[in-house]
Amino acid sequence: MAALQVRGEVLAIRRSGAYQQLTMVAPGIAEQVKPGHFVALAVGGDQSSMLLRRAFSVYRTEDRGVYGGTVEIVFAEHGKGTSWMSHLRSHDVVDIVGPLGKPFALPKEEVTCALVGGGYGSAPLFTLAEQLRARGCRVDFVLGAATEERLFGVLEAKRMAQSVAITTEDGSLGETGRVTDVLPAILERTKAEVIYACGPMGMLSAVATLAPHYGAHSQCAVEEAMACGIGVCMTCVLPVIGDDGITRMVRSCVDGPVFRGEQVRWQDVGTVPTDTHGAITPAGSGAGSAAGSGGGHL
Amino acid sequence: MTRLTRVIPPGSEEDHLPNVDLSTELANVAFPSPVMTASGCAGYGRELDQFFDITDIGAIVTKSIMLEPRSGRATPRMAETPSGMLNSIGLQGPGIDSFLAKDLKWLEHRGARTVVSIAGGSLDEYVKLAQRLRLSTGVAAIEVNISCPNVEDRGQVFACDPMASSTVIDGVRRNTSPTVPVFAKLSPDVTDIVSIATACVDAGADGLSMINTMLGVVIDTQTMQPHLGGITGGLSGPAVRPVAVRCVWQVHRALPDVPIIGIGGIRNGGDALEFLLAGASAIQVGTTIFNDPSAPIRIQRELQRLLHARGFDRLQDVIGHAHHVPPPQVPDVIDEDIASEPETAGAEG
Repeated sequence: MAALQVRGEVLAIRRSGAYQQLTMVAPGIAEQVKPGHFVALAVGGDQSSMLLRRAFSVYRTEDRGVYGGTVEIVFAEHGKGTSWMSHLRSHDVVDIVGPLGKPFALPKEEVTCALVGGGYGSAPLFTLAEQLRARGCRVDFVLGAATEERLFGVLEAKRMAQSVAITTEDGSLGETGRVTDVLPAILERTKAEVIYACGPMGMLSAVATLAPHYGAHSQCAVEEAMACGIGVCMTCVLPVIGDDGITRMVRSCVDGPVFRGEQVRWQDVGTVPTDTHGAITPAGSGAGSAAGSGGGHL
Repeated sequence: MTRLTRVIPPGSEEDHLPNVDLSTELANVAFPSPVMTASGCAGYGRELDQFFDITDIGAIVTKSIMLEPRSGRATPRMAETPSGMLNSIGLQGPGIDSFLAKDLKWLEHRGARTVVSIAGGSLDEYVKLAQRLRLSTGVAAIEVNISCPNVEDRGQVFACDPMASSTVIDGVRRNTSPTVPVFAKLSPDVTDIVSIATACVDAGADGLSMINTMLGVVIDTQTMQPHLGGITGGLSGPAVRPVAVRCVWQVHRALPDVPIIGIGGIRNGGDALEFLLAGASAIQVGTTIFNDPSAPIRIQRELQRLLHARGFDRLQDVIGHAHHVPPPQVPDVIDEDIASEPETAGAEG
């Protein structure tokens, strides 16, 4: 798979609770997308002062729409870039790069799967659920958010899953609390063998920690701040344990965003653990220990 | 229903490129185009090769390579700023051995011209890197990233001191094959860039790359703490462009025979032309790549068209052009037209 850069066109934008759904004609990209892939959008137009791309996991695609393949994403308006996006209208041009990243790994056998989404992090889970069901897998959903309007895809989940559990922190819908409060009982009941999760780091960390206690594997899609989305800026790194047992600072855009839960050192995200490959020694005895603090050269 | 316009992949308008000779020479090494990627913005070429043929541009400048593998700094490593960004990556990289065996080999096999950027914390490290590269093929030039703290001098950045800069450049030059040019990459965070440039050239630098990022800090007003894990970071992007053009201008004026690679916020062909006019013989595209991964090839084509529009058929002829005072030809009325020229050029991109 090779990522493409296309000048896409907005087909539709509509509100969905606290979020917006943006559908873009993105031929070449749409046809290649697998669940868990993301796209990176340039924001603000050709003369934009915002240079960094915004990354969004793909909610769904249409291979052959009337106008060519379309890609749909979900976003929350919380900064200048997403504010610009919220003003997009049909026919507006958007520069899109994708598909990017490593998608969710699908089980080879018919196993039971729990799909856990926090906020609009649930977006990529619906096409995943379709593909899992097509493989004969049982799918149970757990969706959580701070409030009812911050949940995404509840009805859709109900259409495709064996069961749907909802949690909100304010109790406006479903159980009061977080997804990880209800997840143990669901794993107990469904005997899920794989958990697919997408949402905030704290939630992923909790899911990944919980999974092995119930004999389940976890596949977690992380949300790290990115500048490029294609693997050149080195900003979206997190400490990940390789198959050789060595921890490395790994790019979540090309080596992720989906990681096996046990690979990521969740407690150490935002740090460079001292046993990381090539870690800068705190004593400063290592070669060029402080390099980068001065010149700030990439 | 309204018909949607045709979706055009960027960089596909190859047709109708005017016949302009883009070749440039940097210390006796010929490059078919002046457009390169800036160090740290293009990895080791692989990722960008998805978006354009990396052999079509002048060269790939690698992310700075160090002697040992390096994890880099903790996140957050970047902050978006107006028309720019602040980064604090901390020179994450695989180390020279892995770089030579995998990345440089790939670039060579791919047929790309490669400028290898090296970084170190001591003179000894720079020398060892040069020695390793001397044994390797596929190195078109070496760019020495001297914007690193000197661990043997209380973390004082090499590039901020003429003596330290010249010691490193001398060490690298002595240990590099005579046929491979050595470029010193200068920091703009100095009082007098001409004195640093002169020190590097006197120490044997065949050319100068400028500028590296400028040091900055962003404070998150929500957490009321510095945003970056590394606290300070390097500012890059169009926000620094006038500073970079000024550096190129000053150094070219002082050292007109020294080849300069202009770097700093180049976003379109017009920006590239600005650097050439100021005295650069080549340019590098950096932060813009994050915004537009096909930017290097797009900028190359825009530059080609722009040179043609300005009446040049050879890139060589435009280098340093802004330093030549045009002879006064005709009286007042036409002077106004001439005065409006720069604006037209600026709006071109």
